[in-house]
Amino acid sequence: MAGTVALKLTSGARRQTTEAIAEPRWVRWLLIGVTLGFLGLFLFVPLMVVFVEALSQGWRAYVYSLADADTQSAIRMTLTTAAFAVPINTLFGVLAAWAIAKFQFVGKSVLITLIDLPYSVSPVIAGMIFVMLFGRGGWFWPWLEAHDIRIVYAPAGIIIATLFVTFPFVARELIPLMQSQGTEEEEAARLLGASGLQTFWRITLPNIKWGLLYGVILCNARAMGEFGAVSVVVGNIASTNTMPLHVERLYKGGCDSELAAAFTVASLLAMLALVTLVLKSLLQWKTTESISPEELRYTGD
Amino acid sequence: MGIEARNITKTFGTFTALRDVSLSVATGELVALLGPSGSGKTTLLRIIAGLEEPDSGSGAILFHDEDVARRRVGSRQVGFVFQHYALFRHMTVFENVAFGLRVRPKAHRPGRNLIKYKVMRLLKLVQLENMAHRYPHQLSGGQRQRVALARALAIEPKVLLLDEPFGALDAKVRQELRQWLRRLHDEIHLTSVFVTHDQDEALELADRVLVMNEGRIEQIGTPDEVFHRPTTEFVVQFLGQVNFFHGRLEGGKVHFATLAMESPEHAGAPTQAARVFIRPHQLDIGVERSDQPALEAVVLRIHSAGPNVRLELQAKSGERLHAELTQDRYRKLGISTGSTVYVTPREVKVFAEKT
Repeated sequence: MAGTVALKLTSGARRQTTEAIAEPRWVRWLLIGVTLGFLGLFLFVPLMVVFVEALSQGWRAYVYSLADADTQSAIRMTLTTAAFAVPINTLFGVLAAWAIAKFQFVGKSVLITLIDLPYSVSPVIAGMIFVMLFGRGGWFWPWLEAHDIRIVYAPAGIIIATLFVTFPFVARELIPLMQSQGTEEEEAARLLGASGLQTFWRITLPNIKWGLLYGVILCNARAMGEFGAVSVVVGNIASTNTMPLHVERLYKGGCDSELAAAFTVASLLAMLALVTLVLKSLLQWKTTESISPEELRYTGD
Repeated sequence: MGIEARNITKTFGTFTALRDVSLSVATGELVALLGPSGSGKTTLLRIIAGLEEPDSGSGAILFHDEDVARRRVGSRQVGFVFQHYALFRHMTVFENVAFGLRVRPKAHRPGRNLIKYKVMRLLKLVQLENMAHRYPHQLSGGQRQRVALARALAIEPKVLLLDEPFGALDAKVRQELRQWLRRLHDEIHLTSVFVTHDQDEALELADRVLVMNEGRIEQIGTPDEVFHRPTTEFVVQFLGQVNFFHGRLEGGKVHFATLAMESPEHAGAPTQAARVFIRPHQLDIGVERSDQPALEAVVLRIHSAGPNVRLELQAKSGERLHAELTQDRYRKLGISTGSTVYVTPREVKVFAEKT
């Protein structure tokens, strides 16, 4: 993620294949062929399988398994989780990126490392941390029990675990963007008499909007797709289920109709992934445009 | 006084950017802050603007005799032009210039038509009235620079501050804009300070030049004063090329290389080591030994492309010298690489060695 800015910059600059690095035609075709073959085998074929299997019992069964009460509740739970995790982490991400990119303070590198923590920690461990904190016998258990609050094995646990896993996405997307844009435009706005709030709404936000949206989309995809952490926090309670957990439970059920139902829910997640992918490439193109035409021009000269 | 800064000190961690600096700019004056990078000139400009605060307990900033040190950035009414312009990239030229008017509190905000009138008048002033709907990235460097200026002027500032205003432009555009800015200043007479590391720019454009080094002011004076009557070694060395000799002061004379010259300002000084500076154009070149005391030297290289001819010389006494003479004089001498010449300094600048 740290390299995204550099990548975007070069992808915007005009690319030239010079004589010096031009390979013979057969080498080029071989490289392109291998890449496409690999993608096809590991991405396209599995994706096909999901949709083929989902529709193996026909359209009627597909619609029927979507209407199933458990599936419906899993979809609701996933949407609820995203509805909490995405806005909260968007707010946090903007604040963190703002602090890191625009101010100098002691412990800045520690903060950046901490933001990255959920990337490096296995989601299963993340789930366990919350079980240890809020579960029976956990640190906060006496207090939670006294107030009759359930977190582990409950929707609150799913949301907290998802918050943890998804919190780097927006911040990580914005930090390099905001760092590359610097603080001069904000300073100029303040000198012209704009208040702090006016400066944020009129200068900072428009400058980061595409990067922000990009981060939000990635955050959303992860919030809806997270399995490991959520699985640990929820345990085996069937009533609190997200879509990825529901897929696993149906699949483990084993009979043909359950298998098809598993793929039906999986196909929804796959479609979410496809939509994310399309939006992501659209936005990537947009951020390249907005990051700074000047910088691009300099590399072009 | 248009701008007054008194006893400003500024430290960043362990680095002292400004040491007890004071400056005053008369109303309507155009002053250059000249110095190498790291000399503190930009920091001083940013403190005047309110973008940085001086160290606590140090200094005062006054605009037109009114203390603004406690005022927030936005209420100081400073027009500021950034080195890289800092134009709002998602706004058109028109919106950029209008920004300062549009963000005013409702009670003081001009109406839509008045804003339009004011912005278009400013764009006309900077000769960009046809560019109002362009975005910054569609403009050339010189055009962006002028948009930045129009944007700064839109808030009817009390003072105008420019940070390396021509730093990011190529040589030809820089020259044109320099003259244009001087004409503009003569028209609107706004108290202005600009930062530069280019001595030609400072000397050509400013009413007065303030030479800075290592957080201190070395000299303040008109371009003529700082160039012809530098008061410190740093100023001599920073304002253009100069030949340097180690010498000795003795009985009102300075001895260096094989020469001895009068140094009236050190008439009463005790015998001591001295540092001697001579500008290339203050060396007379002859091809025959005269009765004048002169340094014998061999011509190493000749740069004749330009208004003047520059010579690189190797003196017999060991020093490498730079001399400058007119094309006419050069042709009359008829010298070429390898010729022997006799060099006579017309004027020297002598500083007693610090002990």
